[in-house]
Amino acid sequence: MKFIGKSIKYGDNVDTDVIIPARYLNTIDKKELASHCMEDIDKTFVTRVQAGDIMVAGNNFGCGSSREHAPIAIKESGISLVIAKSFARIFYRNSINIGLAIVECSEAVDGIKEGDEIEADLDAGVIYNRTTGAQYKTQPFPAFIQKIIENGGLVSSIKAGVIK
Amino acid sequence: MGMTMTQKILASHAGLDSVEAGQLVLVNLDRVLGNDITSPVAIREFEGIGASTVYDKDKVTMVMDHFAPNKDIKAATQCKMCRDFCEKHSVTHFYDVGRMGIEHALLPEKGLVVPGDVVIGADSHTCTYGALGAFSTGVGSTDMACGMATGKAWFKVPSAIKFVLKGKLKKYVSGKDLILHIIGKIGVDGALYRSMEFVGEGVASLTVYDRLTVANMAIEAGAKNGIFEVDEQTAAYVKARSDREFVAYKADEDAVYEETYEIDLSAIEPTVAFPHLPENTRTFDMIGEVKIDQVVIGSCTNGHYKDLEEAAEILKGRTVAKGVRAIIIPATQDIYMKAVENGLVKIFVEAGCVVSTPTCGPCLGGHMGVLAAGERAVATTNRNFVGRMGHTTSEVYLASPAVAAASAVLGKVASPYEVMGN
Repeated sequence: MKFIGKSIKYGDNVDTDVIIPARYLNTIDKKELASHCMEDIDKTFVTRVQAGDIMVAGNNFGCGSSREHAPIAIKESGISLVIAKSFARIFYRNSINIGLAIVECSEAVDGIKEGDEIEADLDAGVIYNRTTGAQYKTQPFPAFIQKIIENGGLVSSIKAGVIK
Repeated sequence: MGMTMTQKILASHAGLDSVEAGQLVLVNLDRVLGNDITSPVAIREFEGIGASTVYDKDKVTMVMDHFAPNKDIKAATQCKMCRDFCEKHSVTHFYDVGRMGIEHALLPEKGLVVPGDVVIGADSHTCTYGALGAFSTGVGSTDMACGMATGKAWFKVPSAIKFVLKGKLKKYVSGKDLILHIIGKIGVDGALYRSMEFVGEGVASLTVYDRLTVANMAIEAGAKNGIFEVDEQTAAYVKARSDREFVAYKADEDAVYEETYEIDLSAIEPTVAFPHLPENTRTFDMIGEVKIDQVVIGSCTNGHYKDLEEAAEILKGRTVAKGVRAIIIPATQDIYMKAVENGLVKIFVEAGCVVSTPTCGPCLGGHMGVLAAGERAVATTNRNFVGRMGHTTSEVYLASPAVAAASAVLGKVASPYEVMGN
């Protein structure tokens, strides 16, 4: 899995209430959810995000509610990958389950600034900052999770008989 | 190697003699829960799987509590989608307006969770049932969908932190103060991916309702689950509500805990989490004059009868301060009825509070008490993130029912001792 995009950076403890405020949870329409993505901490996000952009954040990204609407809104907004120092556990499994690429890498987060051009190859376990020339190593996913990702999420994995 | 309570429950439901932290396991589910916000996404995914029906009509459970009674047409449409699904699949435990309550108060009350169960719910506060010695955890809608279809879910076996409780809480101090104290100590990611296991002689002094409040907010420390050792109180609570046989798991003597905290319950003071994170806790020696506009007493965290009783003791014969809106939300219909029968509702209404039908409503800024720009609320809810209860410049102060009631009376963030004396 390879990704190339410009970085959009946030801090620690970005919670699911700011990723997609609860007042918009009266719909399951993906486009509508995406149109309010990050609204409560960054009103400019939806106007400046471009397909392929990479979200970069600190510790405990996606903490709070279990709403799958959060990774759905991020994915639908065009973000191709989220790099964080750590993820809240429900957000982590929701992202894998719906096929939003995520990866933990503290060094990369510290070394990436807003707007940097980033290349990531999760199979090779490498994040490369084209703007600064710095390169960072990531840990591979456990094989079981890798299988879910390769099959395009949990539903497709069950359909394919990967998980019984 | 010894196992924690959580590890034993996961092993038994995975059909394994033992498991260890980090191992990935596929476990059988005793209950799969969703609400009116998360179930519609799960239903869409469920239909995508192509499953003909749910794995067990008695184990799939849906509760219409977040935006119900329907706050607008879109919310009504989502509830209808859940209602139609449950009818189509003959789901036994579908709880709609009139029978519903806030899910995490309702399920224990209805006897739908017993010790040793594995429960997943598409709601982060599903961790509440750990109070009864079950493994229960929040998941997303896709996990709910796959759980409904297959009766299984995958988990990474968590490592654990042990909290050894001793002593007894003081008057006007409750489980809410205890869990806020713990989150203040370890932080909002202090238990990330891990179990919080509560043991020790102090557990016996906590009511089941205090334990439900503590386990409810394990997620606020990032935990996968919070779990209490089962004792006579738990057994009595469960047996009064369910005929199911249950297993009370105890951790092995040599179970591995990454950290151990000893907590003296008698030293816990009324505690408030300031905006905008549950870890920003302060005791009243660090709280100055913070004027407020609203008080909310309710939610899955603190909408139990005991919580209303604690608030009523303080509000009885007093009035809500001018300029403050006090909203009381019994978590279930049974709690509502008991509050009516025992005169609590009269106390609240006479004090100038409003008493609402059960709903999650204001906790997540949905309806029934949304805040305007710059407004402040003291709430017995569980999150105080930016914009959680309304406008992004509004503020939520998390506290116990006693603190919330005292705050309603004095019009500022206030300790129950300021109203009731020591």
